[in-house]
Amino acid sequence: MFKGVAEGDVPAEVIAEEQRERKGLFGRLRRNLGKARLAVRDGLKSALYVGVDRRLYEQVEETLIAADVGVDGTIKIVDELERRCTAKKIEAREPFFEELADVVAGALKPEDPERQRIDVSADPSVILVVGVNGTGKTTTIGKIAFRLRQMGKTPLMVAADTFRAAAVEQLSAWADRAGCDIVKQEAGSDPAAVVYDGVAAARSRGADVVIIDTAGRLHTQVNLMRELEKVRRVIEKQLPGAPHETLLVLDATTGQNGLRQAQEFKQAVDVTGVVLTKLDGTAKGGIVVAIHDSLGIPIKLVGVGEKLEDLRPFEADEFARAVFGGGDEDGD
Amino acid sequence: MFDALSDRLQNAFQSLKGHGKLTAEDVDQAMREIRLALLEADVNFKVVREFVAQVKQRALGVEVMESLTPAQQVIKIVNEELTTLMGAGDSKLAFSGRAPTIILMAGLQGSGKTTTCAKLARHLKKDGKRPVLIAADVYRPAAIDQLKTLGERVGVPVYAPGADLDPVDIARDGVEYARLNGDVAIIDTAGRLHIDEELMGELARIRSAVKPHNILLVVDSMTGQDAVNAAEEFRQKVDLDGVVLTKLDGDARGGAALSVRAVTGRPIKFASNGEKLDDFDTFHPDRMASRILGMGDVLSLIEKAEDSLDARKAAEMEAKLRRAEFTFEDFLEQLKQVRKMGSLSSILGMLPGVPGMKELKNVQVDDRQLDRIEAMIFSMTPRERRNPELIDGPRKQRVARGSGTQVQDVNMLLKQYREMQKMLKMFKGGKVKGLRLPGM
Ligand SMILES: Nc1nc2c(ncn2[C@@H]2O[C@H](COP(=O)(O)OP(=O)(O)O)[C@@H](O)[C@H]2O)c(=O)[nH]1
Ligand SMILES: [Mg+2]
Repeated sequence: MFKGVAEGDVPAEVIAEEQRERKGLFGRLRRNLGKARLAVRDGLKSALYVGVDRRLYEQVEETLIAADVGVDGTIKIVDELERRCTAKKIEAREPFFEELADVVAGALKPEDPERQRIDVSADPSVILVVGVNGTGKTTTIGKIAFRLRQMGKTPLMVAADTFRAAAVEQLSAWADRAGCDIVKQEAGSDPAAVVYDGVAAARSRGADVVIIDTAGRLHTQVNLMRELEKVRRVIEKQLPGAPHETLLVLDATTGQNGLRQAQEFKQAVDVTGVVLTKLDGTAKGGIVVAIHDSLGIPIKLVGVGEKLEDLRPFEADEFARAVFGGGDEDGD
Repeated sequence: MFDALSDRLQNAFQSLKGHGKLTAEDVDQAMREIRLALLEADVNFKVVREFVAQVKQRALGVEVMESLTPAQQVIKIVNEELTTLMGAGDSKLAFSGRAPTIILMAGLQGSGKTTTCAKLARHLKKDGKRPVLIAADVYRPAAIDQLKTLGERVGVPVYAPGADLDPVDIARDGVEYARLNGDVAIIDTAGRLHIDEELMGELARIRSAVKPHNILLVVDSMTGQDAVNAAEEFRQKVDLDGVVLTKLDGDARGGAALSVRAVTGRPIKFASNGEKLDDFDTFHPDRMASRILGMGDVLSLIEKAEDSLDARKAAEMEAKLRRAEFTFEDFLEQLKQVRKMGSLSSILGMLPGVPGMKELKNVQVDDRQLDRIEAMIFSMTPRERRNPELIDGPRKQRVARGSGTQVQDVNMLLKQYREMQKMLKMFKGGKVKGLRLPGM
């Protein structure tokens, strides 16, 4: 999950637990596919009696659309799938699905797998967390801080959402839960000033990772996007090389607008990774395919619940299988 | 924005010259485009399928009106169908004869329930009601504080006994409190997943305990295909009376509105469209239809323009536009006004006729360019702004340097300006049918 955490620092039981949970999670994802999805799968199965034909491709398209992959992304994936299946003369169900999962996962894997990890190797490292309203920024920060604590790091939260009512109290509650320190000012203060304080406090408080919470903002709100640019500039100036990570938190229920969000936030603050939240619901978050494909932003983490532990590294293969419920069938 | 449906349809129909009846072939071609547009707008694929089948039935054999192209005729039908479908049902709240009227707010995490509660309270207060907010979200940290703060801002009482009580008891006692302190009880509940049996059960228990007159589902307008699953589960498990759409100030097409309406059969009652507590209104199906289709929300443009444009300035501007005497100074003024209204592309998207106008294709409407355009105009002398034809090679270089842009950018701006002039002349000559620039 993190780059810059010494292997030996992670307790074995944490690793074991993570693996167990991950298995459980994707099993659950498959179980939670919902009636609509099951109908599609049944359709996929019955279509397979006549092999790999036009109808099957149509159903694959439908499944991708239903997962919010979008029209363009779907066409791209299905074209690639068809190209490969023709080249490899694939006519049976099993290899067809393997190929399909491979195409989808392939679209989500950065060339350098290291890019999928959160870089906390600098001391201090700064993680800036951004996104539209209600996607799960504050919650995700709580979860990240908790993980870092488990791995022997000393995170420091910075409450730069000074806009939303009680946002500071909310982050404080997460700081308590995760067992870390927090830098805050009163509601309504200038976020850039809070951030300045926060980064400055890292050394004095002995923190090695600074995690900055920001107010949710729609990417169309010009002034608020400028405010965010300013926050970023303040960090850059204060600590060369920072922010080391700028994470865009994206709600898995988001449709095609997710791509616009990613474009605009990238443009404004140079997003280094996406956190896809709420994957414990029935939404698939397929828009990340377009985000990775057209903007080159890696998907780094997924949120799977509202508890401290509900954070996982993003796994392209498992994600692809969860979209189709293909691969191993134990979850169904 | 320019690949909006109306534009694509115009293209698809380009070969069609004459009028007469819409043939099966015309309609098939159009339906393909409509299907794609609706999917891109996040309408659920099953809803798209049904909707398109329905529209197709209606469009077949329709006489194309004298004043319309076949493409416009199809858009008109689609738009009407969308509007009808989304507008069906009563958009008003049910008020109880015996106070308090109880409103239960429900929804997924992060959809905007708490803010919506406060906005609704304010809306009702303006109507002369005396709403009370009830804080029954005991799970999300600081959710109670958030509601308290918002209640204070709106100036309504908040019943918030704490986070260690059962939400069912809070709701029940809160209604009692509302009976004594107001006439409408608005219950804020925790966000929950539709597949979370335990929390859905809790919501059903709150419902049985207080018997709300209105159960409203709060839906984020950016929601994609999954909107139908969530909405349908909420309807089945707690039975909804209506929907509130939130975050409409963004640029999502909002197809979820259609999806949710279609699968639950429940009316959309309110729309929330901004960070301010005033940014809340009853739902306008006609605007939503245009938005989903990406084809020009005339009404809301007019409204927005009325709100933020100084009337005298607008009249002057309109006169200038009509005389095709639009200078960079006017442009700068216009930019300022437009910024007050929202993003330029959203405004342009609201202009009827714009998406179909080939002439406007090259006019830069990327919002990010606004800053640069502004900078370039600021680097011009007042005389240059009034007479852009003065801007020759050396002057271009100066403007580029002054604004931190390239000479190409200046050229581009000048080109756009000339195109705009050309278009305005055409407009002046009345050649462009259906292009109206309300309030500008
Ligand atoms: N089910 C689920 N809910 C989440 C997840 N992440 C965040 N939430 C919830 O989403 C809501 C909004 O989260 P919050 O962190 O306040 O979002 P912010 O506005 O972006 O800071 C809260 O109710 C969270 O509990 C997740 O991964 N799964
Ligand atoms: Mg927050």
